[in-house]
Amino acid sequence: MTARRLGGAVAVALPAAFLGVFFLYPVAAIVGRGLTGEGLDRLTGLPGSASFRSVAWFTLWQALVSTVLTVLIALPGAHLLARFRFRGRAALRALTTVPFVLPTVVVGSAFAALFDRFGLDDGAFRMRHTVWAILAAHVFFNVAVVLRTVGAFWEGLDPAVEEQARVLGAGPWRTFWLVTLPRLWPAVAAAASIVFLFCTTSFGVILILGGPTRATLETEIWRHAVWRGDLASATALAVVQFVAVLAMVVVTNRLMRQRAVGQRPSARRPQRPTGRLLGANLALLATVLLLPVAVLVERSLSVGDGYSLRHYGALSDRVNLLPVSALVALRNSLLFAVVATALALVVGGLASLVVVHGRGWVSRVFDLGLMLPLGVSAVTLGFGMLIALDDPPLDLRTSRWLVPVAHALVGIPFVMRTLVPTLRSIDDRLREAAAVLGASPNRVLREIDLPIAGRAVAVGAAFAFAISLGEFGATSFLPRQPDRLTAPLALFRLLGTPGDLLRGQAMALAVVLMLLTATCVLVIESRGRFGSGVVRGDL
Amino acid sequence: MNGLTVAGVSVGFDGTPVLDGVDLAVAPGEVVVLLGPSGCGKTTLLRAVAGLEPTLAGTISWDGVDLAGVPPHERGFGLMFQDHALFPHRDVAGNVGFGLRMAGMPEAHRDERVGRVLDLVGLSGFGPRSVATLSGGEAQRVALARSLAPGPRLLMLDEPLGSLDRALRDRLVDELGVLLRRLGQAAIHVTHDHDEAFALADRIAVMADGRIARIGTPAAVWSDPRTVAVARSVGHRNLVSLGADGSCALGRLGSGPGTVLVRGDRLTLGDDALPARVTGVAFRNGRVELAVSVGDIALYLFADRAVVRGDTVGLRIAGDAVVPLADS
Repeated sequence: MTARRLGGAVAVALPAAFLGVFFLYPVAAIVGRGLTGEGLDRLTGLPGSASFRSVAWFTLWQALVSTVLTVLIALPGAHLLARFRFRGRAALRALTTVPFVLPTVVVGSAFAALFDRFGLDDGAFRMRHTVWAILAAHVFFNVAVVLRTVGAFWEGLDPAVEEQARVLGAGPWRTFWLVTLPRLWPAVAAAASIVFLFCTTSFGVILILGGPTRATLETEIWRHAVWRGDLASATALAVVQFVAVLAMVVVTNRLMRQRAVGQRPSARRPQRPTGRLLGANLALLATVLLLPVAVLVERSLSVGDGYSLRHYGALSDRVNLLPVSALVALRNSLLFAVVATALALVVGGLASLVVVHGRGWVSRVFDLGLMLPLGVSAVTLGFGMLIALDDPPLDLRTSRWLVPVAHALVGIPFVMRTLVPTLRSIDDRLREAAAVLGASPNRVLREIDLPIAGRAVAVGAAFAFAISLGEFGATSFLPRQPDRLTAPLALFRLLGTPGDLLRGQAMALAVVLMLLTATCVLVIESRGRFGSGVVRGDL
Repeated sequence: MNGLTVAGVSVGFDGTPVLDGVDLAVAPGEVVVLLGPSGCGKTTLLRAVAGLEPTLAGTISWDGVDLAGVPPHERGFGLMFQDHALFPHRDVAGNVGFGLRMAGMPEAHRDERVGRVLDLVGLSGFGPRSVATLSGGEAQRVALARSLAPGPRLLMLDEPLGSLDRALRDRLVDELGVLLRRLGQAAIHVTHDHDEAFALADRIAVMADGRIARIGTPAAVWSDPRTVAVARSVGHRNLVSLGADGSCALGRLGSGPGTVLVRGDRLTLGDDALPARVTGVAFRNGRVELAVSVGDIALYLFADRAVVRGDTVGLRIAGDAVVPLADS
């Protein structure tokens, strides 16, 4: 066996083993338990259960309404970013992307702070523990997805077609309705399907903002498994969730592929926006995206009647609620994030090479297989690990490294989504040119593929890091031990307990987490471009 | 046998033959131009010689040594791609020095050699430039320098001037010819432009449908293309179909049915000769080119005096103007 073939075998075997043990086996365990014995009894009982029907119905309609609202609110911004050039455009792009990578618990904190600040916890305009709170947070989260997916597509549409419609006598609104929107539809549908998927699998936001009475499939799985210890009911729900999510992933993938059709970059010089257009857009985005964050920062600094950094200082004090101080939890999170990022880069990087250079069916299996964790919800992932990895031969529950492994699984699809398109976009003739100039196949990989994909690696790493820092869904299933308490878990517990001091600490911790993940976005934004612009991972 | 020998090489993609038993030899220092329409297999032949395309049959050898199983990076050939394929993540010097680095040349030697090759292609001082900032002509020269730098035994150029405008192309063809001769560089140059082929070649190999239809010196291929396809490829336009007895409106040009070439460069005007009507007058490179018709036959020739459209002129056909052609 030559060194090259050995390398190829490792590139295939390592990701396959990682995915097999930590993802496929747990998922198989859920399905296995859900379809046998007690699990099967619960599963067959679900359709007749009124509480299940109301949970399923709520899961669907809140996701649908969240999606429609997100698209409506993001479209003007997408238009602004796609069709106009103005000072601060890059900064606006970067800032609107920050919410997407913010940890769900931070978003929950931000909205909790918002309601607190404006007295919406009770009274006629009560927002706390209402569906409105959930919808607002989902819009906040997902505006970036629509802005980027639709905006990038819109930018690629030749404005001459709209101009033709205008010359032929259509007003601006009719032009938008009859010409722009139909052409934009593939991108809108693709973005909407992703947002819908994210909203149905939303976990932290619903848990924090929905309160005890609002439940989706995700939160129900968690309540049954972690609170009540009713694993049979949880597996039954998880099977339903798994099948539903799989169906949505298939639809989403199909819609995403359509999006690629009919793109042609325009040579036209973009216009500057009018003051009114820019102002209206900025006001809308600021209200939706900036206000919750600003209030969060304000609350974290507010002590009594004045402002101070006392809540931040208190992060190093251990409160009775938590086994360790928030600062230690933050340190745990950073350590886990480093390990998770390294794991995601190695496994996702090797898998990307297999997808791009591997033989036909191997490439396709890897492409699909390693994207699966993106679709299958974090809750399913955590729950699967909880029930599958607690018996010999795989009793890993006592290992603290299970946390970064779970985080890496969530991060791998993002690494691959940035790496695979970049590796594919490298012209084969560059590799051939290098070969003819005397570079062996391994040398070609080192001299051509890796340097060109370097920036994509940085982007993927930043995603993986940010995701790990904020991961809540899967982590909340893993057994709680002091040495593996992560910052999002600590934040969730601080937030759920009454008391001004705990509240203040929660806000301070949320701001620190926000700053850390926002830094990752800045890395993504500053490294995302390469030369003529071939590298940009889709969200 | 010195230099490159291609014997009976066939290449197919998914069962469709692209090259069908190609024979070709390139002697050391010789410049062979592969000429033919797009899709005739020119590029595939270059890629097969470079080792980038697997062959179904035949042998490719250098100095009598069979290259079967030798990977591209060990063949010591240079290949210049159509759109240059410059490495976007390296500057000009990094591109030009790539092959030298692969060969393990120490850095000091390398820098000096890169500088000399850049001088050679007229890009002195371009080393630190980013390849994204180059104009089309500059990128072409960098690609050429990159291919030349490691001193390949054979340089292959795949339509390297295809994307450039006419004037720049003409100039670069001349420079390329001078450079290859000065270096004594064996080369295969691929093009679909017959002017480029005639300007550059020691020998021209005309390709059609995956085969080499005609190979020879430019003068030989021009004066006796042998087939209709080759005649069209090298730029002949006066192809005349003959009747069953070998006659046409110009007279009896053959002994039976078929196609003959009436070389435009062997036609002249004379008052006492065959009457022809002028249907078009065009300037080409300062000369007047006439389109004339004799009966149902259209011919092109260069005029040595002023004529206007609609005139009737006398056409004189030199004895060696008529060349019989095979149909395929």
